[in-house]
Parts: sequence; structure tokens; C-alpha cells
Amino acid sequence: MPSVADLTPKSKPTWCPGCGDFAILAAVKNAISQLGLQKHEVMIASGIGCSSKLPHWVDVNGFHSIHGRGLPIITGIKLANHKLHCMVTGGDGDGVGIGTNHFIHAMRRNLDITYIMHDNQIYGLTKGQTSPTSEKGMHTKSTPFGVIEIPINPIGLAIVSGATFVAQGYSGNIKHLTELVKQGMQHRGFAFINVLQPCVTFNHVNTFEFFDSRVYNLQEENYDTTNKANAIIKSEEWGERIPIGVFYETRRSTYADELPQLKDQALVDQDISNINVEHIMEYLY
Amino acid sequence: MEVSEILNKLTWKLGGQAGFGIMSAGLVFSRTLSRHGLHVFDTTEHPSLIRGGHNTYFVRAEDEPVYSQIWPLDMLVALNKETIDLHKNELISGGCIIYDGDEIKIDQEGLGRQDIKLFPVSILKMAKDCGGTALMRNAAALGACMGVIEGDFNTFEQVFRDTYKKKGQEILDKNIEIAWKGFEYARNNYANQYDKKIQQIHGAPRRMLINGNTAICIGAIKAGLKFYAAYPMTPASSILHFLAGHEREFNIITKHTEDEIAAMNMIIGAGSAGVRSMVATSGGGFALMVEALSLAGMAEIPLVAVNVTRAGPSTGLPTRQEQSDLQFIMNSGHGEFPKIVVCPGDPEECFYETFRAFNLAEKYQLQVIILSDKYLADANLTYEKWDTSPLKIDRGKLLNKEDLDKMSGPLDYKAFEVTQDGVSPRALPGHPNSVHRRTGNEHDEHGVISEDKNNRLAQMDKRMRKLNGAEAELPEPILFGDSDADITIISWGSTKMPVRQAMKFMHDEGIKVNHLHILYALPFNTKKIKQILQGCKKTLLIEGNKTAQMGHLISAKTGIMPDHEYLKYNAEPFYPEEICDQVKKILNR
Ligand SMILES: Cc1ncc(C[n+]2csc(CCOP(=O)(O)OP(=O)(O)O)c2C)c(N)n1
Ligand code: SF4
Repeated sequence: MPSVADLTPKSKPTWCPGCGDFAILAAVKNAISQLGLQKHEVMIASGIGCSSKLPHWVDVNGFHSIHGRGLPIITGIKLANHKLHCMVTGGDGDGVGIGTNHFIHAMRRNLDITYIMHDNQIYGLTKGQTSPTSEKGMHTKSTPFGVIEIPINPIGLAIVSGATFVAQGYSGNIKHLTELVKQGMQHRGFAFINVLQPCVTFNHVNTFEFFDSRVYNLQEENYDTTNKANAIIKSEEWGERIPIGVFYETRRSTYADELPQLKDQALVDQDISNINVEHIMEYLY
Repeated sequence: MEVSEILNKLTWKLGGQAGFGIMSAGLVFSRTLSRHGLHVFDTTEHPSLIRGGHNTYFVRAEDEPVYSQIWPLDMLVALNKETIDLHKNELISGGCIIYDGDEIKIDQEGLGRQDIKLFPVSILKMAKDCGGTALMRNAAALGACMGVIEGDFNTFEQVFRDTYKKKGQEILDKNIEIAWKGFEYARNNYANQYDKKIQQIHGAPRRMLINGNTAICIGAIKAGLKFYAAYPMTPASSILHFLAGHEREFNIITKHTEDEIAAMNMIIGAGSAGVRSMVATSGGGFALMVEALSLAGMAEIPLVAVNVTRAGPSTGLPTRQEQSDLQFIMNSGHGEFPKIVVCPGDPEECFYETFRAFNLAEKYQLQVIILSDKYLADANLTYEKWDTSPLKIDRGKLLNKEDLDKMSGPLDYKAFEVTQDGVSPRALPGHPNSVHRRTGNEHDEHGVISEDKNNRLAQMDKRMRKLNGAEAELPEPILFGDSDADITIISWGSTKMPVRQAMKFMHDEGIKVNHLHILYALPFNTKKIKQILQGCKKTLLIEGNKTAQMGHLISAKTGIMPDHEYLKYNAEPFYPEEICDQVKKILNR
């Protein structure tokens, strides 16, 4: 079983000191280690953004792709080799900006994948523009007079799109986040974890202090994670109190479960050395 | 009236409103002629409409090889009046029109063509009398055609039953009954007035009737395709339909994705995990894929992408022909990375080149783009079954479990090792000694992001070197035809079909022509092509676009601009007759 140290490659994160991404990296490594997974059994894909560099700093298989495309990349990987434990990390711009189409469709597909969205409500890597999750009125480099739109609600969007495990974590609580990542990875189906991840450099509104005084754990209250309608209402809660924890959990067969092509063997293990096409040619007579 | 017969040479066109079964009826007729032992070429024309537009299905059959459509039309089957108005002037003198005389009232005078024969058949009434639906009049129409040309009804019946197997016995029986009525009526009333006849050739080989898209599918299946992702787009969609229909039989996953961006990224994921993967689309869809194509170039992910061109720009003429994506495809993807662009010229090349594409993609860990077009996608040609015995899967430097077991640990493995041939050893995720990361950022040999200048040079040079190996193993371009020809036709892609047909005609007339078909646009074999062109007396470039895209490529690479060019961009394929005319004009014949 790899320890957290084993999961730490030589190259060091290039994030700003104090960035909320460090906590997510720690939680991911903790979860892999605590679940007893071997390095080669895990694959992490990502898009582009500060957050999307995470795969470079966990010593498992990784695919750091392009902006917004971590989900389709992992979809292809998972279908090719469904034995791999598959995870995606990326930012809010990546997930619900440029990648929104994939976000929705990946959830209705319900592949057995864990998706961690680093929600810092800002574009970090491109140095501080508004994001789809920025609060209305927020002043950023691309919205110097304040954001006009209302933010996307990723949790609610995930629930209505068919994700079968939907949770919210917070970079200020690594222990809780580790548990969420573990639960997400153990969940059979699409697990979405939105992580409140302060960007200490460009988001001066949604800071650690901002969240510390607001977050509370749903699981410490009398909350039913199987009630979908209630979970959607809960996902709207943003103000004096901000919920973290599991919002919604359900069971549904995964996309791969419904493919007889995968019943005996992963695609990648299937022999292609001598495929016979004579009968299809015959059929065209 | 007694007529002297012309045996086993026929051109035929079925026309009518979209939504009235023109395409499937045409295919039945085409297959029927093929099963008579004839060589067949067929092609369709239809607007981008589900109902209401005008559809045609053209079939040409002969007892010697055919390569494309031709202009003169022998027999026109008109399911509506519009078909007659639009196509009567394509008919040769002595040609005939088969139509429903109860619905369409015409005479030769009104037509302005005294030299064509009118064969009215009450096809709708025949269908109704047998208790059939209006759509079943197509069976009566096809039966009538068979009657006029005195073909073998049993062969027709067998094709009909094979084609519509899924419809069930009862419906099939009814259709055959209706077809027989049409057959008998036409044979008894019109056969003796018509000179063209089709006869079963005994001992002719069994031939498949296959188009470019289907050939690509079979080539891909043979090559071990395991994952296919696509978003529907004419004229590529039939690839999706065919593969989806066969996915369980061959354990292939086909995925209709949310968009083309997803399709391309999914096959990149699947390719990185080690399965042979493909996408197919048309220009607009390909435009959405190119950002990811560039990722695949940087991360060295093998994949095969098919671009089935339609007339552009933008939505253009979605169901019609053009060869206007060559430069776009060759230059697709930002930055510089090695890729291969192959332009098959007929269904047979589609099959063999698709198979080869998968080997090339894995051997050189790069992207192979198959550039096809509407004409090639949909045109059916007859071939004897293709020989698959020489086709061997080659996965290049893919490390197997034993290779990986021998390594001391994952740091031993360099996914982007700088090698002499530019190709690095390839390991798939899933083995303890192959744990590595791929990225679209510039990276070092281990896949770690690096902006070091020397590393950049080493990695860029290594990637580009891969093309040298690929180029060396590709078939050299050749001159087809007379070695001392007076003129050389240069073309690429599907234009090969009408060019080869035109060459046959010109050969019969004693004109010496040869043909340079450029199969690989990338890597472009500059040395060989230059050598060929330098030896030509005159050259004529023929391509289906406005700006002579291949012409520019040739001149950029070889410094030689073709002497003459014949470009066509009216969204219709080339006809061999117009190619002959061009050649004759240049040669003053
Ligand atoms: C197609 C494309 N458009 C734009 C960019 C530039 N870009 C890089 S990251 C990014 C957004 C970063 O924000 P987010 O996804 O939230 O991630 P973060 O950096 O905040 O972690 C943008 C716009 C790009 N890489 N690719
Ligand atoms: S810019 Fe923000 S999100 Fe990016 S590393 Fe710095 S603190 Fe983190």
C-alpha cells in the first residue's frame, strides 16, 4: 500500500503559498493511501488551470489534458480500461465554464468516476477573471464593474444531471475532505465533489476567513441524503451558512454495467490480432 | 417492333420525392444487377431535407469493370413528374421513362423528346390491388424495370428478401407479389420495344457492393477498432450507424457523444489507455476537434480520425460533394506536430488504408487522418471480397507485461524517451512499472512539465522525426497508365474514380494518358512526386475545389505547378466525360 510519501513525486507543486489547492492534493493522496489502492490502479485526468496541474503531483497515472476536457478524456480511459480507478480534477472555469456540456453529460452517463471540482469562484491560472461561480457583483479583471450574471450552482446542476453521489468539501477541512474523496471513490457511479477552494491570490471575497465562519457539516445535522428534491433546495443555501458534506446519494447502474462488450474483459485486454471480417463482406453480396 | 439488343450495359436513374424510399429501392436494383454478375457503380443525389426534396439514385452496370457514373442515361424511373422534368434531357436517344401513367399525364410531344420511349405502368394501382401501401409501389416500379430489361426475377426476389429481411415474411411476400405484377406487365407490353437487356452471367464471381464509409468501417474493425466516438454529421453518419450496428458482434464500444469535442477527447483518452480508437465527422465537426488533435500530437496519443468532406464553407451544401478540406486538414491543430493525412480514392483504398492507418498511428504514436468526401462515402462499387491475409496488426513499440516486469521501477520508464527514430517505448497505464503522466504541456522524457530550451528542442525534434519512419514505409506514388503518355492527370482522393473511368474511355480512343493519384498528402513524397512530374510531357490537375489546394501543395513542395487545371466546385462530382473533354482540348484532339 503506498503511503502519502510514496504518492509524492519529485516535482513540487507550483501553486501560490496558502492556496486551497494544497488541501485538495493532500486529501486525494490521503484517500488513495487509506483506501489501499496501488499507484498503477489509479488514473487522474484533468483539464487546464491551476487546479488541473494536480495530476503532476500525485504519483499515480495521470493525464493533464486541455481546458475543460478532463471528463471526456477520463470517459475514454474508463471505457478502455474500466479496471482503473478514475478521477478528474479541475477548476470551476474548467468544469462549469468551458466544460459544462461534458459536466452534464458525464453525470447522466454515470460512469464510475470521481470528479473533484476546485471551486475558487475565479480564474486562477489566467490571473483573476470572473468564473461561472463568481458571486453576482464581484469585481474581477474581466468584470471591473461587477459580475452581472448570477452564479451557476454546481451542486444543484450535478443533482439534476444525474450524478449519483454529490458532495461539497472545503479546503479548510482536510480531514473531512479526505473522507469525502474516499466516499466518492468507493461510490459505484459518478461522484461529484465540489470543493470550496480559496484562491488566496485573486479572490479576496471568498477567503478562508469567509468560509471558516460559514461552513457547517450536513452530516452533523438531521439531513437525509436520499431526498433528491430536498437536496436541490439545500444546494441553494449560500449566505450566513454554507453546507458541506454529502448532499445526495443514490444507486443506478453505471454506463459500463450496461455494456455487454465489457462483461468478460476490459477493452484493452481484448485480443485484436486476428479479427475475422469475412462474414460482413459476405453480407454485402 | 424488333430491336437489336445491347446486352449488359445499362445506366438507370430512379427519382422522386425524399421520404419515398428512393434510397433503399435504388440499392435493391443496384444489388440485383450486381448479382446478375455485372460490375456496378451507383451514386445518390439528395438535398438536405428529410421530406419534400428531390432524391435520385443512379446505377450503372456493365459486364466489364466500371469506375464511376457517366452522363448518358438509358432508363429513367420517375416516381413524380418533377423527375421527368429534371432528368429527361439526360436520356439518350432510344432511352425510356418508366412512370405511373395514372398519375402523370405526358406524351412525347409535350416532353419535346420524340426519341425516347414512354412506358407507363400503373404502379400505385398494382400496389393497392394487392392490398399494399403506397410505398409498395416502389416494388412494382422495380419489377417493371426488371421486366423491360428482361432480367432474372428470381435474382431480384432474392435481393429484395435479403435487403428487407427485418420486415417479416408477410410484408415481403406482398412486395414480391406486387413486383411480379410490375415485372409481368412491363415484360409483356414493353420488353420488345426496348433494346437494352440484362442477363445473368453464369460463373461470375460473387461481388460485394460497398461504399467508402462502409469500407472504412470494415477496415477499422479488421484493424482491431475497440472504441468509436462520434456526433452525427452528414456525410459521416453512416459510419456511426454501421459501427453501432455491429458493436456487440465485435466487442466495440460506439459512443454518440454530446459534441465533437467530446468525441475527439474521448478517443484520446481511450487511445492513451491502449485501445484502437477512431472518430469520424465532416468539416464543421472536425473544426471542433482540432484543439484536442493538437493535444494528441503533444501527448503522442495514437488515433485515427476520418473527415468526410461536404461542400462548405459552414453548413454549405450538407449532402453534396466537394474536396475543399485538404489544406484545413493538413494544417489542423495549432503548433507543429507530426501527423499523417491519407486520401483514399475508392472504397478499396478506404478499406486497406484504414487498416494501415491504425498500424501507423500506433507504430509512430501519432494521429492519422483519413480524408474522404461525400461522393466516396456514399458511392457503391462492386468488388470481390478483399484479401485480408496480408493484413497484420503491428502495435509498434508497445511494451507487454514481460517487458515491464523486467524494469526496476517506474522511473526506468520514459514515455517520451528521445530515440533515434523519434518513437519512444509505449507503456499503458495499469502496470506498476509504467506509472507515468501525459500532458499537453511541453514535457521532459518522463512527462514532467518542462520549459527548458534544450529539452524543448529535443522533444520537438524527436516528435517530428517520427514522420521519417512513416514516410519510408508508405507506398510510393506511382504513375498509372501509359508510361509515354502525352498528358498526365494529377488528382487526389475520390476524383480517382472518374479519372480512371475517363482513362478507360480515352484508351479506347487511342489517347495516351496516365494518372498520378496522390494518396498521401502528408507525409508528401516530394522526391518521388517531383521526379514523376519532371518526366511528364503535360500535366492536368483535377480537383474538386475552387482554389487548387493540391496544386498549391505540389508547387510548394516541388516547385512545379501543373500546366493545366480543371477545378469544380458546383457541389457535384466530376464526370469522366468532362475530364475527357479537358484532355482533348489540351491535346487539340
Ligand atoms: C481553450 C482555452 N481557452 C482558454 C484558456 C486559458 N485558460 C487557462 S486556465 C483558464 C481558466 C482557469 O480557471 P479555472 O478553470 O477555474 O481553474 P483555476 O486556475 O482557477 O484552478 C483559462 C481561461 C485555455 N487554456 N484554453
Ligand atoms: S492563483 Fe489562486 S488558485 Fe492559482 S495557485 Fe494561486 S492561489 Fe491557487
